[in-house]
Amino acid sequence: MPFVSPEDFAKQKVTAIQDYAILSWQAIVNLFSRPRYWSDIFTQMDLIGVGSLPTIALTGFFTGSVLALQSATSLKAFGAASMTGNLVALSMVKELGPVLTGLMLAGRNASGMASEIGSMRVTEQIDAMRALGTDPVRKLVTPRLYATMFMLFFLTIMADAVGIAGGALISVTMLGMNTSTYFHNSYRSLEYADIVQGLTKPLFSAFIIATVGCYFGMTTKGGTQGVGRSTTQAVVVSSVFIIIVDFIVSRAMIGIFGR
Amino acid sequence: MAEDLLIRENAQQPQPEDQGPVVTFNNISIAFDLKPVLENVSFSVSHGETRIILGPAGGGKSVLMKLTDGLLRPDSGVITVFGNEITAMSETELFKLRGRIGMVFQESALFDSLSVEDNVAYRLHEEGVPEKEAHERVFEALKFVGLEQAIAKFPSELSGGMRRRVSIARAIVSEPDLILYDSPTGGLDPITSTTIIELVMKQRDVSHTTSLMITHRLQDAFTMAMNRFNPETEKMEPLPGGGVDESTKFLVLNEGKVVFDGNTHELVSSTDPWLRQYLS
Repeated sequence: MPFVSPEDFAKQKVTAIQDYAILSWQAIVNLFSRPRYWSDIFTQMDLIGVGSLPTIALTGFFTGSVLALQSATSLKAFGAASMTGNLVALSMVKELGPVLTGLMLAGRNASGMASEIGSMRVTEQIDAMRALGTDPVRKLVTPRLYATMFMLFFLTIMADAVGIAGGALISVTMLGMNTSTYFHNSYRSLEYADIVQGLTKPLFSAFIIATVGCYFGMTTKGGTQGVGRSTTQAVVVSSVFIIIVDFIVSRAMIGIFGR
Repeated sequence: MAEDLLIRENAQQPQPEDQGPVVTFNNISIAFDLKPVLENVSFSVSHGETRIILGPAGGGKSVLMKLTDGLLRPDSGVITVFGNEITAMSETELFKLRGRIGMVFQESALFDSLSVEDNVAYRLHEEGVPEKEAHERVFEALKFVGLEQAIAKFPSELSGGMRRRVSIARAIVSEPDLILYDSPTGGLDPITSTTIIELVMKQRDVSHTTSLMITHRLQDAFTMAMNRFNPETEKMEPLPGGGVDESTKFLVLNEGKVVFDGNTHELVSSTDPWLRQYLS
């Protein structure tokens, strides 16, 4: 690998951030002018949302289950086993539901976007699209961005619900708790601020997944090896960003709502 | 072949009607990673002209083609296409201008997730042409390239030559005023290459469309210059009296610089040592 001077390295990174910002901005504003590719948006909703349902449902269910299993043991030591429902609901809605759904979708869809668009880039299909008078950002990035934002929101709600249900199943069948008590405690523990926090995070995660996946796809260079590199980078960068932004949003929400 | 053309110098076709240049390059320079690819390139292409771009690999031919379509922007200089200064146009303005330009990419660049019909109809769908009319025009374009039977196939089911022909159909379906062929015969066997050249010639002689064509095969270039397409026999044939097509001109690039700009006779009679070696 050739040595890159610190100055060139810094320039490359600043240029990359600039390109990412421009791509993201264009992807957002394209929806407010014609042409709009609604059929592509619905196709992406199907691929991203419906296609991810089994993965998200399984992840949510077993996360809620294992959370109930692990927390019940600790809570029992304090005579607070009945609080398992509170802990599972709060953890799922505020943190685990949004973050794990985001990470799962990053693994599944950011990689898919980077590899699909990257393959189009290296085979000159993106240039062909431009030569045929179509804006590739409008046609490829905007539908993926809005489809991911719309579907991740509902996938997170589903993951929360399935996670709480998984916790209930374990609490009732393996820990001998009362179903009504579990759900009552779960419901009572959640406040408006928790729901807002839990449903704000997927919007940021979706933005990161779509824009990072598409950015690495659009900037792919170097043939099939380059496509593989872009795919890996898209998953790694989007996953790390999701966790960082999760912390920032959590801190901001605690600052706003006090919990 | 070059000597044959020198002998036939007097047998010339009439000059095409001069309607002003369709493409002009004025002192165009572009570099990638500080390495100059094109340096002070200037030339113009007149209405109805077929400009064949020759030169060794890595000489900047494909870059020149992408500059013409506004897919790349030069570091310096001015490019005009149909009188519009594309170097000063925004990408949105360029999308409209590209509606008048058809481009055939080196590796076809067909959309692999779309059928042949949807590939060829891509621009028509973007323009909102009714489905029935789009289908008819796609069928006509595919018939032009002799691939109407492959309308329902996908690019992965086609051979390299067939993909190149579909790419030509996609470029001509909207009846553009300028066609850019980036190595249309690259990587193809001689028989398929001849078929592709025949199609390019057919487009030149039947539709009289202005075009730029990159080729690495001198044989293809001189076939274009010395033959014409006969619509009655649907075949290409040598020009009468051993003449050359005056609407076909040459631009030779070497290491990013123009080493020749002129017609067939000027090319074969050039005394430039590098050019003579290249042509031999």
